[in-house]
Amino acid sequence: MQVSMTVNGQQRTDEVEPRTLLAHHLRDNLGLTATNIGCDSTSCGACTVIVDGLTVKSCTVLALQAEGSEVTTLEGLSTDGEMHPVQAAFRSEHGLQCGFCTSGMVMAAVGVLADNPNPTDREVREGLEGNLCRCTGYHNIVRAVLKAAESGPAAGQVPAAKQEVTA
Amino acid sequence: MIPAPFDYVRVSTVDEAVAALAEHGEDAKVLAGGHSLLPIMKLRLAVPSVLIDISGVQELSYVRVEGDEVAIGATTRHHELEKSEVAQAEVPLLPHVASRVGDPQVRHKGTLGGTVAHCDPASDLPTALLALGATVVVQGPSGRRSIPITEFFLGFFETAMEEGELVVELRVPRTGAGGWGYEKFTRRENDWPIVAAAAVHLPDGSTGVALANMGGVVLRASAVEAALAEGKSIEEAAELAAEGTSPSSDMHADAEYRSHLARLLTKRALKVAAGETGASTAESTAA
Repeated sequence: MQVSMTVNGQQRTDEVEPRTLLAHHLRDNLGLTATNIGCDSTSCGACTVIVDGLTVKSCTVLALQAEGSEVTTLEGLSTDGEMHPVQAAFRSEHGLQCGFCTSGMVMAAVGVLADNPNPTDREVREGLEGNLCRCTGYHNIVRAVLKAAESGPAAGQVPAAKQEVTA
Repeated sequence: MIPAPFDYVRVSTVDEAVAALAEHGEDAKVLAGGHSLLPIMKLRLAVPSVLIDISGVQELSYVRVEGDEVAIGATTRHHELEKSEVAQAEVPLLPHVASRVGDPQVRHKGTLGGTVAHCDPASDLPTALLALGATVVVQGPSGRRSIPITEFFLGFFETAMEEGELVVELRVPRTGAGGWGYEKFTRRENDWPIVAAAAVHLPDGSTGVALANMGGVVLRASAVEAALAEGKSIEEAAELAAEGTSPSSDMHADAEYRSHLARLLTKRALKVAAGETGASTAESTAA
C-alpha cells in the first residue's frame, strides 16, 4: 500500500507492506538509522520518535498509521548544523554512556519539555519512565533535560517543516 | 519481530467500520491505538487477516457530560482522558488511572475503547470502569446496544461483544468531588499491575470496588462492597477483598501473595477515597 508522511520536513511517499512498522519504515526504507530498535516490545523507548507533536514508540506503530502525519526523528532535530537545545544539553551534561538509548531518550525528552516546559527532577524522571538506559546513566540524562529546560520553549519544540505538505 | 501479513482498511466513520467488519468477518480485528494488538501480532499470538483502523474516526473522540453521566468516545486516547477538564471535574478517578497506564508514549496511542475491548485482566482503566459501574456501548450490524460492564468481561480476552460489533462509547456516573482511590502494585513504575484496587464513592451512596489481576478478568470486589453497605469499617471490609477471586501464580507473585495485595491495596484505596490518607506514590508503595 502507498503511505505518505512528512518526515523531518520532507514529504515522503512510499510503497509498504501493511505490516511494516514505522521503525522499520524509517530505518530501512528512508535510511534514517538514528532511530534504534532495542526491545522491540514497547518497553525500552529506544525507537521513540515524534508524530504530530506526540512521542510514540515506533516499533509499535504501523507505518500506515502515520499516514498524513508529521514525523520527526533525531535526524530532524538539528537545524542548519545547529544542535537542538536538548541535544546540546545531552552533550554538555554527558547525558549518555554507550549511546544506544540516546536517540530515543532525546526524543522523549523533547516530548517531556513540550508537555511541561519547567519540570522538576521528579517530573523529568516520571516523564522518561518509558525509556530505559541499560548503562543506568539516568542522573546525567535527567540533568541534561533540566539544563535544556533553561533554554526556553524551543527545547520542547521540533523544527518547523522545511517543506509544505502537498499530499 | 514482524506481524504475519494482513490487509489494512482505514475507515473514517463508525458506519464504515461496521460495514468493514461485516464484510471481512471473524478474521478481521479492529485497530485503534494498537498498543495491545500489535505486540501480540508481532509475537504471532494473533494473526488477523484484516485490520480495520478506526484511529481516525473523529466522531468517537470526545469526553462530554450527558445528563447524570459522562460519555467518553472509544477512540479517546489515554493522554486525552488524563488531560480532559470534563473528566477531571466530573469523574476524577478516570483521568488519574489513565495517567498510571504504561508510559507517556503508550498513553499517546492507547485508547479507552481499545483497552476495554482487549479485556486484559491486568488492565488499569477497565478496573476503574468496573468500580464505577460503567456502561459499554457497542455498535454492530443491528445497531447500538448498551451492556453493563459487570456483564461485559466474560473471560480471558473474551467479552460480551457479538461478531461484527465494536466498542463505541463508555458511560460512567458523574461522581464529582466524591472520594476515590486507585492503588497499584508494580515491579517497575510503568508496568502492568501485579494487583491493583480501585475504590470510588458513587452518587447513589454506595462504594464501588474493583480489582485488577485477581482472576481471568477484572473483578468487582462484591464482598467488600456488601460489607461497606452493611456499615462495616474499611479494615473489616478490605479483609474480604480476595473472596470469590481466583488469582494466578506466576513468576511475579503467587496466588497467596496476590490475595494479600488485594486486601492491602483495597484497604489503601478505600482510605484514600475516604480522605484518611493520601495516594501512594511510586516511592512509598511497598507491600
